[in-house]
Amino acid sequence: MSNILVIAEHRSGVLRPVSLELIAGAQTIKQAGDKVVVAVIGAQADKFVSELSVEGADELVVVKSTSVDFDPDIFEGVVAGLIQDKAPKAVLIPHSVDSYGYAATLAAKAGHGFATDVFKLEYDGADLVATRGGYNQKVNVEVDFPGKTCVVVTVRASAYKPSENKGSPAVSNIDATGTASRSQNKDYIELGGGNDVDITTVDFIVSVGRGIGEETNVEDFRELADEVGATLCCSRPIADAGWLPKSRQVGQSGKVVGNCKLYLAMGISGSIQHMAGMKHVPTIVAVNTDPGASIFTIAKYGIVGDIFDVHEELMSQLA
Amino acid sequence: MKILVAVKQVAALDEDFEIRADEKDVDEDFLLYDLNEWDDFSLEEAMRIKEESPDTEIEVVVVSVGPDRVDESLRKCLAKGADRAIRVWDDAVEGSDAVAIGKMLAAVVKKEAPDMVFAGVQSSDHSHASTGIAMAAYLGLPHAAVVADLKYSPGSNKATIRRELEGGILQEVEIACPAVLTIQLGINKPRYASLRGIKQAAAKPIEAWGLGDIGMSASEVGEASAMSRVRRMYVPEKGRAQMIEGTIAQQAARIIEIIKEFKGA
Ligand SMILES: Cc1cc2nc3c(=O)[nH]c(=O)nc-3n(C[C@H](O)[C@H](O)[C@H](O)COP(=O)(O)OP(=O)(O)OC[C@H]3O[C@@H](n4cnc5c(N)ncnc54)[C@H](O)[C@@H]3O)c2cc1C
Repeated sequence: MSNILVIAEHRSGVLRPVSLELIAGAQTIKQAGDKVVVAVIGAQADKFVSELSVEGADELVVVKSTSVDFDPDIFEGVVAGLIQDKAPKAVLIPHSVDSYGYAATLAAKAGHGFATDVFKLEYDGADLVATRGGYNQKVNVEVDFPGKTCVVVTVRASAYKPSENKGSPAVSNIDATGTASRSQNKDYIELGGGNDVDITTVDFIVSVGRGIGEETNVEDFRELADEVGATLCCSRPIADAGWLPKSRQVGQSGKVVGNCKLYLAMGISGSIQHMAGMKHVPTIVAVNTDPGASIFTIAKYGIVGDIFDVHEELMSQLA
Repeated sequence: MKILVAVKQVAALDEDFEIRADEKDVDEDFLLYDLNEWDDFSLEEAMRIKEESPDTEIEVVVVSVGPDRVDESLRKCLAKGADRAIRVWDDAVEGSDAVAIGKMLAAVVKKEAPDMVFAGVQSSDHSHASTGIAMAAYLGLPHAAVVADLKYSPGSNKATIRRELEGGILQEVEIACPAVLTIQLGINKPRYASLRGIKQAAAKPIEAWGLGDIGMSASEVGEASAMSRVRRMYVPEKGRAQMIEGTIAQQAARIIEIIKEFKGA
């Protein structure tokens, strides 16, 4: 009989959906008598009580802190305190920009078992086993945690379907204690797209990645996009280099192309962060010289080949 | 004034790689090594701060934990302008996890006493996104992850950073310094090494440190100290991609058909 601790995530007053996914994920390692304890931390954390009262959450701890949003020192201190209190066998934290900032300090200081960006959890006998990707997602890696009584894992978004049915956890309220913050949140800045197209609304995208090699090649693919009536988008390195505007970047730190039905991925390897913006698209066609590129694990159609050859052939057949 | 930049030599897989017989890693023959992409940006950020304050003496020190082959990546950093390079290694370090590497880097930081510490957000091979922040744990320093913008006057006791959140939203944060910051892609435009830089780098020494130099023992590193252990590595199922075979003309024709199907629907 043990506890599984789930840390909810919210930002600017909105609960992030991954919180409910982790409650579902916790069920997959719940054993007879175990309890799933969900904690939500923030100055206005109590506003999330009803949203977090879902099936699978046995207890809900509302931790009132001095910071409305995430703060690495406060979160680390609160979660360390909860671990002492609840002695969980596992702590599930969303793998996100927030957890990048404190999960490692939390685990390192207490010597807990630790794995990040986990997309599967299971028991093999008495051993908790976590699966994550390796070598740019080309392999899967199963890890375990010999001798660890508490294991901290950060869990990838979309690894589990969210727990959505109403539940009735026992709710308790505590105050965050003893953690002084050494950083101060000032402001949020949203980079507007200016007059550029809103790529979240378009239904057909030609998207280029680092495979295009040089800036001068962007024009070729813009021509192709124009010719077939698609919107030209890109992976992050292309936007970082300034070859296309940031508003065209698909992915975790770019846009989720929610309306897209056909996505032609040219020279994109398929990193987790890129896929976060497009893996839902029903028809993905990927062209990549590397047969092992992870984009082929989510594409509907794949071509192992050179994007320049494909481009040239498409243009000549379309002419 | 000193800025310390922690860097990693990452491994990418050759196209036809094989998993080792013990199924714990890829056979070393199929690994291609290079400096981690994120580290190009954190080194550049240190160089930017140095060059923007010509009146302040600023030393940029790159540090890596790894075997001999890592010298090549450190040499690349020296060629881009880093003043010193330190490589920490002992055979006992083999099998260490990100947290143990973070502990070793922290020990170097304690010895070097820099005013600012950078690491990459993550490494492109195993993407733990943990090493830099674990290092902060052993230093007790303020820390922030995924920094996409930095305003910092050399030696100041605070900096203004922008953390890049999901959806491309930035969060402006004021942080006490010295701090450990993990630097995000796109924060600057990394330079290429100049020919002159490459020549100069060849003459600069790379300091080789052992565990003794950082006051650590073999029992604190390696697989036995790790927070997790690899049980098995395997190639995942290829999923549902239907490969379009044939000549390039046939492949292109099929793409056009798919586009027409979509437009007809
Ligand atoms: C916090 C965070 C947020 C991030 N957010 C995003 C995001 O929003 N969007 C995003 O895209 N990334 C994001 N990234 C970066 C991400 O991790 C990858 O670095 C990036 O997606 C890689 O882009 P790529 O696939 O174009 O490049 P690479 O991974 O370098 O892949 C290039 C591909 O092109 C292929 N190729 C090369 N030449 C050819 C050719 N001639 N013909 C065919 N194929 C060729 C190669 O085989 C390779 O597969 C983020 C990372 C972090 C840590």
